[in-house]
Amino acid sequence: MFSLFLEQLLNGLQSGVMLFLMASGLTLVFGVMGLINLAHGSLYMIGAFACAAVAAWTGSFWLGLVASLMAAAIAGALVEMLIIRRLYNRDHLDQVLATFALILIFSEGTRWIFGSFPLFLSVPDFLTGTVILPGGSQYPLFRLAIIVAGLAVAVGLFLLIGKTRLGIRIRAGEADRGMIAALGVDIDRLYTIVFALGAALAGLAGAFVGTTQSVQVGMGEPVLILAFVVIVIGGIGSIKGALVGSLLVGFTDTMGRFLLPHAFATFLDPSSATAIGSALASMLIYIVMALVLFLRPSGLFGATS
Amino acid sequence: MKGIKTTIAAAAALLAAGAAQAEPVKVGMITTLSGGGAGLGIDARDGFMLAVKQANNPDLEVVIEDDQRKPDIAVQLADKMIQQDKVDVLTGIIWSNLAMAVVPSAVAQDKFYLSVNAAPSQLAGKGCNKNYFSVSYQNDNLHEAAGGYASSAGYNSAFILAPNYPAGKDSLSGFKRFFLGDITDEVYTKLGQTDYAAEIAQIRASGAESVFFFLPGGMGIAFMKQYAQSGVDIPLIGPAFSMDQGILGAVGDDALGFKNTSNWSKDIDNATNKAFVETFQAEYGRLPSLYASYGFDTANLLLSAMDKASVSDADAFRDALRAADFNSVRGKFIFGPNQHPIQDIYVREVVKEGDVLTNKIIGTALTDHSDAYASECSM
Repeated sequence: MFSLFLEQLLNGLQSGVMLFLMASGLTLVFGVMGLINLAHGSLYMIGAFACAAVAAWTGSFWLGLVASLMAAAIAGALVEMLIIRRLYNRDHLDQVLATFALILIFSEGTRWIFGSFPLFLSVPDFLTGTVILPGGSQYPLFRLAIIVAGLAVAVGLFLLIGKTRLGIRIRAGEADRGMIAALGVDIDRLYTIVFALGAALAGLAGAFVGTTQSVQVGMGEPVLILAFVVIVIGGIGSIKGALVGSLLVGFTDTMGRFLLPHAFATFLDPSSATAIGSALASMLIYIVMALVLFLRPSGLFGATS
Repeated sequence: MKGIKTTIAAAAALLAAGAAQAEPVKVGMITTLSGGGAGLGIDARDGFMLAVKQANNPDLEVVIEDDQRKPDIAVQLADKMIQQDKVDVLTGIIWSNLAMAVVPSAVAQDKFYLSVNAAPSQLAGKGCNKNYFSVSYQNDNLHEAAGGYASSAGYNSAFILAPNYPAGKDSLSGFKRFFLGDITDEVYTKLGQTDYAAEIAQIRASGAESVFFFLPGGMGIAFMKQYAQSGVDIPLIGPAFSMDQGILGAVGDDALGFKNTSNWSKDIDNATNKAFVETFQAEYGRLPSLYASYGFDTANLLLSAMDKASVSDADAFRDALRAADFNSVRGKFIFGPNQHPIQDIYVREVVKEGDVLTNKIIGTALTDHSDAYASECSM
């Protein structure tokens, strides 16, 4: 039981870390530019497709990973310069409509290029296999590698925001857009960089997740919903909130799916325990979100307005 | 003068009769063409349209719309097709939750519904309808065969897993109906779930001798890849949906050796099937999946009924459908009393033919198999 519990904790951590890669970009874009970007899931899909296509073409997973970062960042920068830039001064409804249209364009565009059937993408040879956990259970090496890579990106992001000149500008942009423009910072360029950075993180998450799941059109939307739940829980615009929210959602979802049916089985017959437990497990993160919003309406680390 | 009148009247009567004979049939196809389940709908549509193209019958008109795997959209499309397009026959739905939303109201409005895939238990038993035909199977069928196969393969226990929607429930009850061993765990996942780490950890801890999973489309790809990475080596069994032709390529060599049950396979030995596999491959550049075979059979069933009766004479048309007088890619094809097929179900294994992964029949699990609900149906 201990080793199963430990394995589930790691699964929760892994799912949380991947969510953080998605949510951090989403929350940065919202915090700095005040933009709701529904097309963030499409950038995740672009990352996965770029990784699968390049890995199949060159035979190298690493080139695929680089391609996923580049493709998503380039797509992000182009979208920002061509479309998103016109939306900053519009209200949120216009932004939602325009970025929803982008989802449809990206999905159909991807279908047009790659077809409707899922692509093949597999774990590189030296990351296949399992490691032995304390307690004797096995854990897939690749999932462990994802956790390490995701945590490394998180640390890098905190250093970038906290310690570098670009980070100062990003934080200043969040605090007062008008003032930093008046101080001579090229705000257009800053916005493009932030958007491309968020897109690259989403693309990286797409490549990692695509390796363990299926690379197909429409893969971005379910993750996008979870990423929105994360930033609402964490507080919109807060990177720290995105990290805490991601881990909370990752653990809640994994542990809920694992423990709830068992918990109901203690006082119900097995088949209704499974049915009720699994139904409730799929709602659990939304229940957590509702509770958080009830106690802290602007999220765990949101600025109180 | 009188002679001319009678001649005209006779001519008019002849024309009218001719018109009745060649009365056009309008088909509304609602299927999943975008999003995560698109591969399944596209295969069913392509199979259907291949048969339509081969028949080249000018009286058959097909309207195709995308339901995006959303029940509300499917209902809107059905309303539009019935009221605006005035279709006579509806078909195409892949997912059972969508079928439950559309079929009962469509057949109540005297439209025919021919299922290319989804066949929930609710529509096979007490909820059966004279205007509803399932060309594919009854949902439980392939899973029942898997349960029977698991027992005959000597497995004494199984961990069973399916998505939480009508077909998922039919799946697990079908498996349990024919499996003689113990069920260690019964797990329902969210429809569309793509991360199975939590479930695979439970499989590892369960100590079961076999794992039965029903996860169609992208869900199956995700599960198979993660299962292969996890190092768990309990043998997997599933229905063909968990490993159809459309998803084998995305899973890769990890799928080799996987045993799955199906009522269709590309190596069923009959002329119709051979021609179907060849022409499908020539037309679309890929191997057909079982969904494509159901689409193909459904169109041919409809065409056979059109040859015999006019759709405006609902009773005659229904009898023509019931007769199922067409060459099925499955060989023989007969409808049972609840208008679901009585058929053989095979066990297949994933093999590699050259560079292409595909399924090969290794045995027959159930012969002339009907379904568990037929006796509850009264028509």
